[in-house]
Amino acid sequence: MAPTATQAAGSAPVFKTKRPLPFPLNIYQSAIGRKWVMAWTGIGLLGFVIVHMIGNLHLYEGPSRMYEYAETLRDLGGGLLPRTLLLWIMRVGLLAMFVVHLHSAYTLKERSRLASERAGFVGGAKKYASKRDYIAANYASRTMRWTGPIVGLYVLFHLADLTWGWWLGDAYVRGDPYHNVVESLSSIPVAIIYVVANVALAIHIFHGTWSMFQSLGVNNPRYNGLRRNLATALAGVVLVGNLSFPVLVQAGLVDEDNRDCPINDTTGLECLGETAEAH
Amino acid sequence: MSGANDVTSQAGQTSQTSQQSHGRTLSLTLRIWRQDGPDAPGRFHTFDAPNISEDMSFLELLDIINERLIEGGDVPIEFDHDCREGICGMCSLMINGRAHGHELATTTCQLHMRKFSDGDVITVEPFRAKAFPVVRDLVVDRSSFDRIIEAGGYISVNTGAVGDANQTPVPKEAADTSMDAAACIGCGACVAACPNSAAQLFTSAKLAHLNLIPQGQPQRWERTEAMVETMEQFFGSCTNHGECTEACPKEISLDFIAFMNRDYVKAKIKNRKLTGQS
Repeated sequence: MAPTATQAAGSAPVFKTKRPLPFPLNIYQSAIGRKWVMAWTGIGLLGFVIVHMIGNLHLYEGPSRMYEYAETLRDLGGGLLPRTLLLWIMRVGLLAMFVVHLHSAYTLKERSRLASERAGFVGGAKKYASKRDYIAANYASRTMRWTGPIVGLYVLFHLADLTWGWWLGDAYVRGDPYHNVVESLSSIPVAIIYVVANVALAIHIFHGTWSMFQSLGVNNPRYNGLRRNLATALAGVVLVGNLSFPVLVQAGLVDEDNRDCPINDTTGLECLGETAEAH
Repeated sequence: MSGANDVTSQAGQTSQTSQQSHGRTLSLTLRIWRQDGPDAPGRFHTFDAPNISEDMSFLELLDIINERLIEGGDVPIEFDHDCREGICGMCSLMINGRAHGHELATTTCQLHMRKFSDGDVITVEPFRAKAFPVVRDLVVDRSSFDRIIEAGGYISVNTGAVGDANQTPVPKEAADTSMDAAACIGCGACVAACPNSAAQLFTSAKLAHLNLIPQGQPQRWERTEAMVETMEQFFGSCTNHGECTEACPKEISLDFIAFMNRDYVKAKIKNRKLTGQS
């Protein structure tokens, strides 16, 4: 409704109403609906993070079991589906969730920024001149828009490092994840990147896991305390699991000293496959 | 207004003569936001406030400063106030970066000077949000809240003969929770305290107040969609910090926000069915 002469200045809408799209796309047009989508994609991404962390624990079983795990992922779907098809479907789904999660986060952040602009006062980006005395907002909730991009950039680095092998160059052996992980994490700068990014990820999960319950409207005064406990537990498990890889490689507890198979993408992989089958 | 002024001048006189009789007095320095109009540039003015009785409320402190300003021929500071009993939702003020000051569950009018220490420097700013334009000094226009209420914060009933008592049974739990939500006085502290300038706590309280009880059911889904979408014309997006509940003088629970989020997505689906698009 357009403001009329009798209406006060505070009645002038800050945001224009968009033409509604057909259901269910109109849910994404509203901020609450967008936050709801953000929560669902967050659940999907969190699920991936947990499964990825648990799967990577195969690293501690040695090169052949790690190779077997990687091969199992490519063979998902068994003989029913072409090799790697299911893996690719999951990858595309993951990418889609990532893009939607990012888009909703960015657009909602912009909405909040515009809604907080101060009329008649120019003095920086802060809402108030006096020092903000946050009570409930914790470090994690206030840094979501920083920990998010850090994790996003880290994902790109992580792919370049261990999936595309750009970082390791000639030392990268396609199909031998154990070797690549150990080779990459032995470098101190790379290990530092992994540690910093995974701390950011845990902080993101700490607020995100609690926040998704609110956004989806899953609450019950009797069980609300459990939501915070779950968030703490998941952030802790992901932090400990993911940090163990760079830390243990740097500590020299995970290395290739006792490796039986050669390191190359021909006879090396064959040898890994045979060793895995012999188990 | 005249009543308030009378109280003010009496308080002013007592504060100047009460030093020997009873009660502690404080000497304070106030940095107060002054702005001549919605589009005029504003800035902080510093005021010395000696001889302030600790029994005064924060609004009475401002009354004293205004009395002194008027006596000196200056323009008094404009601020919102009405009942001064903590129930009208008219007073506002960001005091040292906290909506309604640092006391929990307290409106500015119920914030007493005994909660401050001698020699304190207190910064006073208006509630800030794009949808709360400053009218003058510390007064902001909160009529965007009225637009949200207009969109559906009511129930429609057939008038006529008075119905029988207890004709509509209301479950005790629903009545209690609805009453907790209805405690919202619409002051806007939630928006002021929110780093995102979101009005989720206000809107969710107004929705839960009606959506939880039988009388609110016929228009529940229509109301939810209309009020949320009106809110979104004015305010930012909730990131679940929880600052609003802490700032709220009526301690409205964050649970109502979750309830609103749940009802909104349901409303999107139900309203479609109700209009025959299923």
